This record gives sequence, structure tokens and C-alpha cells, in this order.
Amino acid sequence: MSYLLAHGDRVAGLFGQHVALVAASLAIALAIALPLGIAASRRPRAGAVILGIAGALYTIPSLALLALLVTLLGLGPVTAVVALVVYAQMVLIRGVVAGLRGVDPALVDAARGLGLTAPQALLRVELPAALPVVLGGVRVATVTLVALATVAAWINAGGLGVLLFEGILTQNDDKIVAGSLAAAALAIVADLALRAGERAVRR
Amino acid sequence: MGTPDHAPGARVEFRGVGVRYGDAAAPAVAGVDLAIAAGTFSVLLGPSGCGKSSLLRTINRLVEPTSGTVLIDGVDVRDSDPTTLRRAIGYAIQAVGLFPHYSVARNIAVVPGLLGWDRARIDARVDELLGLMKLEPARYRDRLPRALSGGEAQRVGVARALAAEPRVLLMDEPFAAVDAIVRASLQDEIARVHRELHTTIVFVTHDVDEALRLADRVVVMNAGRVVQDAPPAELLAAPADDFVRSLVGVDAETRQLTLERPLIER
Repeated sequence: MSYLLAHGDRVAGLFGQHVALVAASLAIALAIALPLGIAASRRPRAGAVILGIAGALYTIPSLALLALLVTLLGLGPVTAVVALVVYAQMVLIRGVVAGLRGVDPALVDAARGLGLTAPQALLRVELPAALPVVLGGVRVATVTLVALATVAAWINAGGLGVLLFEGILTQNDDKIVAGSLAAAALAIVADLALRAGERAVRR
Repeated sequence: MGTPDHAPGARVEFRGVGVRYGDAAAPAVAGVDLAIAAGTFSVLLGPSGCGKSSLLRTINRLVEPTSGTVLIDGVDVRDSDPTTLRRAIGYAIQAVGLFPHYSVARNIAVVPGLLGWDRARIDARVDELLGLMKLEPARYRDRLPRALSGGEAQRVGVARALAAEPRVLLMDEPFAAVDAIVRASLQDEIARVHRELHTTIVFVTHDVDEALRLADRVVVMNAGRVVQDAPPAELLAAPADDFVRSLVGVDAETRQLTLERPLIER
């Protein structure tokens, strides 16, 4: 705990970087996963392909993916964000697909029968009904990204992983504890906040 | 009550309508010719899988016939864009399908909203419909669907279907999921609403008693075909074939007696 107390500013700065890495990755990942998930839920065959690719990417070890991306994009946070976006896809797309497939068919029938267009039915009825499940995917993805983002320090992308790597290199256990505690706290807070969000939309 | 300015019901006509799903061996609907007079209450009656729901859903193009034509007041439904067509036709289903995150008022306002009615007109219409369905507006307007009983939800479903003053109201087993007592009161309500509004109602059910109770004409279907199209009394007195006879069953004479009593004031 002594490092955390003595170098609170530095830990806070790295914490901020960590949050920024995760938030940016999550925003970009959602912007990709939402349309892909909608497409996958509409067309089972395309859905199998999309989920298959996302699943295959998910199985690549994180260090291997980062190393591969560094050869293409160089060191730095952009490369880390790309890797995190790739990892988030499977969980997010699955959440969107499961959410939309779980919508009561009677709701969709009523929406179409009343004269909503397909996009209106999707936006006004299906996505709101799918929201709790979609948010569940966002929550799991967030916690995963908080953990994965520690590895980003390895390619000069900053974040709490910096403390872990420094601690290992200099055999400074205090640094490792400080980094671990901060990352765990972030994961727990994000998890709790998103759980509250899920409950709120489930009502 | 009643809405004097309400547009009277439309005439619905099926000409050689057939529906075949994918590569199913037998068609769901096979060459149906049927005319439903404007302002009448017609009930499509038959066992599950007889094609009655498919036939109903060709009217608002939720199902596209693979052959034949559906006409509303002489106009082919295919001449209208499906969403435009559906906004002019009421639609109520067994599962109700109220939007769970919308209040009762917002659910009822869906179609008027799509049609671009102004706020004041929508609000007035919502209250009028809640009153019509015997739901006190002040109590129900802001409730969410999950705070409604099955019978109340179905009343809201019917109000939503009637919101934009459709000239045709389609009802697919709307009261099948509620208990017998609530069902009887909902049947009374829809019969009264029909008397007040003269909307053409096409109602699907597998419940013989419900059909006899509500219909001006009962259209009995079996295996995708219309086997009899007759007023309730005639259906009981002169069933067209063994299928209809077995459908109306051994209770036919009792049912006939019931019909002759002034139980149903139509």
C-alpha cells in the first residue's frame, strides 16, 4: 500500500489512462458490434459467419495479437485500442444477438401489424426490449477490457499495467500491489455500475 | 357514446386467395373466395392450422398471398405500401404485444403518432378510447403494461388497434389467453364497440361459442378452405358437412336455444 500512498498522483494518472483506453475501445467496439449483431440476428447464415470470426479472434492470445498489431501499427495506445476493440467484439455481438433473438415475437408482430417500418420496429421496440441483455454483454466486455488493458503497457500504451511491468522488472512488490488494486477497483466499480444500469432498464 | 364522425367499415373481399409457406407440402390457404360486407362482424372459425390466421394476415399484408387478390373497398391491398396499409387497419392479437417500455397512453398513441396527429388530438383520442374500453383514463393513462391484468392489457390492445379510426379491425384470437369470466366481459365490450362504431371486424377464433356469440357471419375453415359461410343460426340449423357438424358438436341444439333467447342483444 505504501506506493499507492506515496505516489497517489502517478497512480491516478495511470488510472485515468486506463479508463480512457477502456472507454475509447468500448465506444468503438460498440459502434462496430451493434450493426454486426443486428445483421447477425436477422440472417442466421451471416450470423454464424460473424460470430465464428469474432470467436476465432477472441481465441488469439492477447500478447500474440498485440505483437502482431505492433508490426502493422507500431507501438502506442492506438494499437492497444485496436486490440481491445477486436477482443470486445465476440462478447458484444453475442449480447446483441441474444438480446434481439430473445424479444417476444408477439411484440414484433404487433409492431409490424400496427404499421411500424422495419427500422422503426427495431429502434422503438426490439432494441429497447433487448437492452438488458445487450447491457449484460457490455458489462462482461468492460470487465474483460479492464483486465486486458493492463497488457497494453507492454506496447507503450500506458495505463495501470505500467505499474505491473515496472514492479516485475524492479522486483517492487508495492508497485505490483498498487497496480493490481487499482485495476481491480476499476473492474469492480464498472461491473457494479453496469449491473445497476441493467436493473434500471429491466425495471 | 359513439363517434358520429367515425368512418363506417370497409368491405373486404378475397378472390382466389392462396397462401403456401416455403416448400410446405400443403398450402396454408387454398383458393379462398369470400366477401365480407362493410360494417359486419365476421368470425373465421376453425381448428389450429386451418389457415384462418394466415387468411386474416393477408388483409394487412403480414402474409402475402401466393395466389389471388385481397381487396378493401374494391382496391387491391398490393396497391398500398404495406406500412401505410397497416396504419389504416386495426390489429389486435392474443399476446397483445403492448410495448413494455411505453405507458398505456403511449401504446394507444402509436399509430396516431405514426400518422402525425398533433399532441392535443392524440391526447383526446387516448382518453376517448380508454373510456370506450371502460378503463378510467386518469387511472390507466400512465401505467406501464406490466401493471395491468390480462384483461386490462387486452382492452388496451383493442384501444390501440382502434386508435386511428380504422375501417377494418383484425383480431387474432384476442381473448384466448384470458380466463372465462374476463373473456365473456371482453366479448361483451367488443360487441358493444362494434355496434357503436360499425367498424368491419374480422375475428379469428377456434372457440365455437365465441364465434356464435359475436359473429354476424361465421366463416368455418378447414385445411385452408372455407367450408361454410353463414349466420350463426344457419350454421347450427344446417351445417354444411360432417366437419361443421362435428365442430358445432352435439351441443348444437342447446346452442340454438341459447341463440334464440335474447341473451345477445344484437
